[in-house]
Amino acid sequence: MAKKEKAGVREVTSVLGTPVKIHYGPEDLKEFDYGKDLGQPGEYPFTRGIYPTMYRSSLWTMRQYSGQATSESTNERFKFLMNHGQTGLSLAFDLPTQVGLDSDDPLAEDDVGKLGVAVDTLADFERIFDGIPLNQVSTSFTINAPAPIILAMYILVGEKQKVDRKDLRGTIQNDILKEYIARGTWIFPPKPSIKLVGDCVEFCIREVPHFNAISVSGTHIREYGANAVQCIAIPISIAQVYIEEVMKRGFGIDDIAPLLSFHLPVGGRDFNFFEDIAKLRAGRRLWAKIMKERYDTQDQRSMQFRFSTGGMGGGLTADQPLNNIARATAYALAAIFSGTRSMNLACFDEVYAIPSDLAIRTSLRIQQILAHETGVSDVVDPLGGSYYLESLTNEMETKMIEILETIDRKKGIVHEIENGEIQRELAQQSYLLQKKINSGERISVGVNRFSVKEEERDVEIYRVDPETRDRQLERLRQVKEERDSARVVQSLKSLELAARTEENIIPHLFEPLKAQATLGEIISTLKKVYGQYKEPKTV
Amino acid sequence: MGDGRRIRVLISKIGLDGHDVGAKVLVQWLRDKGMEVIYTGLRQTVDQVVAAALQEAVDVVGVSILSGSHLPIANRLLKRMAESGIKDTLLLFGGTIPREDAEALKAAGIDGVFPSHSNLEEISDFIRQNLKR
Repeated sequence: MAKKEKAGVREVTSVLGTPVKIHYGPEDLKEFDYGKDLGQPGEYPFTRGIYPTMYRSSLWTMRQYSGQATSESTNERFKFLMNHGQTGLSLAFDLPTQVGLDSDDPLAEDDVGKLGVAVDTLADFERIFDGIPLNQVSTSFTINAPAPIILAMYILVGEKQKVDRKDLRGTIQNDILKEYIARGTWIFPPKPSIKLVGDCVEFCIREVPHFNAISVSGTHIREYGANAVQCIAIPISIAQVYIEEVMKRGFGIDDIAPLLSFHLPVGGRDFNFFEDIAKLRAGRRLWAKIMKERYDTQDQRSMQFRFSTGGMGGGLTADQPLNNIARATAYALAAIFSGTRSMNLACFDEVYAIPSDLAIRTSLRIQQILAHETGVSDVVDPLGGSYYLESLTNEMETKMIEILETIDRKKGIVHEIENGEIQRELAQQSYLLQKKINSGERISVGVNRFSVKEEERDVEIYRVDPETRDRQLERLRQVKEERDSARVVQSLKSLELAARTEENIIPHLFEPLKAQATLGEIISTLKKVYGQYKEPKTV
Repeated sequence: MGDGRRIRVLISKIGLDGHDVGAKVLVQWLRDKGMEVIYTGLRQTVDQVVAAALQEAVDVVGVSILSGSHLPIANRLLKRMAESGIKDTLLLFGGTIPREDAEALKAAGIDGVFPSHSNLEEISDFIRQNLKR
C-alpha cells in the first residue's frame, strides 16, 4: 500500500508490514530451486497448480452464489443460470435455515427468505431441484450447523429422482469453526459441532464419494479482519481439526483429505493483486508439505490443495457502485493467476442488497470475458518464476508456518475460539484497517479519493417479495397438517437416542425427513443433547 | 452535554444476521473517542435491546443490520421504545441499507442512518452533535 512520497519515489509496505522493493531480481531468490520450490504443475509441492494442464483442459467452474426467497424462485434462477452457461449451482439459505429455525419461529420473523431460500421441510428441497437432474449438476451448499440435515435432504431428493448417492456431486460448506470466528451462524457449542462435521465427512467417505464433504472457508475470516496469511493459515489449522476428528474414527488421511476443499478469499478491503496470488500459491505448497510430512501420505490427491475462490464483497463500495465491476475484474484476474478451480465473484450491487439478475450476470460475464477474450487462461501459472512473486510466495509461506506454530503453542484453534482470543485479535485488526481507510491512508476510489458530491443514480436493487414469508408459512402449515405426527414424534425420538451415542447421526436423519419433520424440529431435538453455544465477549 | 458524563452507547445486532464486523469496528472507534460502549453480541430481539437500553441508561442505541430486515425491525424498535417511555435516546441504524431505505428509516424516526463503509468520524461527530439529553 502506498505510503508517503520520498524524493519522488513512493514508499510501499506490504500488508504484512514488509517494505516492498522497487524491483526484484535474482538476489531475492538465491536459494531458489525449481524442482523443490515449484515443481511442474500437477507435481509436488503443487505450487504451480494441482493439475498438469489446468485451464487448458478445463476452465475453472463459474459459480455465482445464488439464493432466492422461495424454492420456486431458486429453481427458476438455477435454470436461468444453467441457460447462461453456468456450470455449477450454488445454493444460499436464509438465516433461519442457517441457524436451524423454522419459518414460523417468532425469532425468524424478519429473516424468512431474505438472504437465500427458506428450507423448512424436505418438500421445500424437492421444489428447489425440480427438473434439475442431480447426476448432471454439481451443487455447492453454503450451510454449516445444519449441514448433516441438508446433506441428508440432497440424498433423499436424489433417491426420488432415482439418482444413486454415489453419483451426487457437489460441495457442502460444513465448516462450523469459522462460524464462531466470523459470520455467526453457529447453533451448538464447538465440540459437538466438530462431531457433526465428522459425521458428514464419514458418511460421504462411505456413501457419497464424489461429494466434497467440507469446504473450509477463509473468506469470512478475511472479511473479519484476517490478513492475507491468516486467511489461509487459520483454515489450514481448522482443516486439521476436522481431519483428526475423522481419523480418530479409524480412517486414514487418504480417506479424508481428498474430500476436503477450501474456499479462499481474493480481494477485500486491503486487496493486493500479487499478495493474493502469492498467498494461494504458498497455501498450495504448504498444504502439500503438511500432508506429506505430518500425515505421511504418498497420495497426490491428499496433497492437492483444492480451493475455490470467493471475490470478496467487503472490498466493494457503496459509492459509485459501477466501479465495483472494475474491482471484481481485478479480483477475478488474481484468482485465475492463482490457479483457482472455481470462482464466485462479488457483484457490483451487493453492498446494497442481495445481487440483482443484472449484477449476477455481469459477474459471470467478467469471468467469461477473461476466460475467452484475453488469453489469461492459456498458460498454467504464467507468473511463476517472477522474482517478485516467488519471493512473495516464500514470505507468505514462512508467515503461515509461524501462525500455525503459534496456534499450536496456544493449545489449538478450538481453544482459541472457545476463549474468544482469535475473535478479539481479528476484531482489532479489522478496526485498524478501517481506520486506515477512514483516514485516507489506504486509498478507496470514490470513497476517500475521487469522490463525487452529487447524488448518484442508484443501482436497481433486488427486492424480496413481501409475500414470501406468508407463502412459506402457509406451505409449512399445510405440511404440518398433512403429515403423520405420530411418525414425526417417533422418528425424532429415535434421532435423539442416536445423538446420545457416538453413532453417526446421518442415517438417523432420513426417517424424520421423510416423515416431513421440520429442520427446526430436528435441530431442537439435537439441542437437547448438545446444548447451545454462548458467545464469549470479543470487543 | 454539559454534565461531563461520558456518552453511553449500546451497539446491537437484532435478528439472526451474524455479520458483526462493522459493529465491532464501531464499538472500538467510539471507545477510542471516549464513549462508554456496550456491545450486545449477536441474535438479539427488539425486546432485549429495549430492556438493555433502559437498564444501562444509554444515550445512544446503534443497530447493525446486514440482512435487509432494517425496515420492519426499525418500526418495531421505535414502537417498543415509545411504549417503554424512552424518549431522549439517539437511535442509529447501520449496515447494508439501500439509499432509499435510509430515507424511509429517517422518516420513520431513526435519527441517523450509516450504510456500510460510512466514515467513522462522521458517526462519532453525529452522535456528539445530536445527543438528546
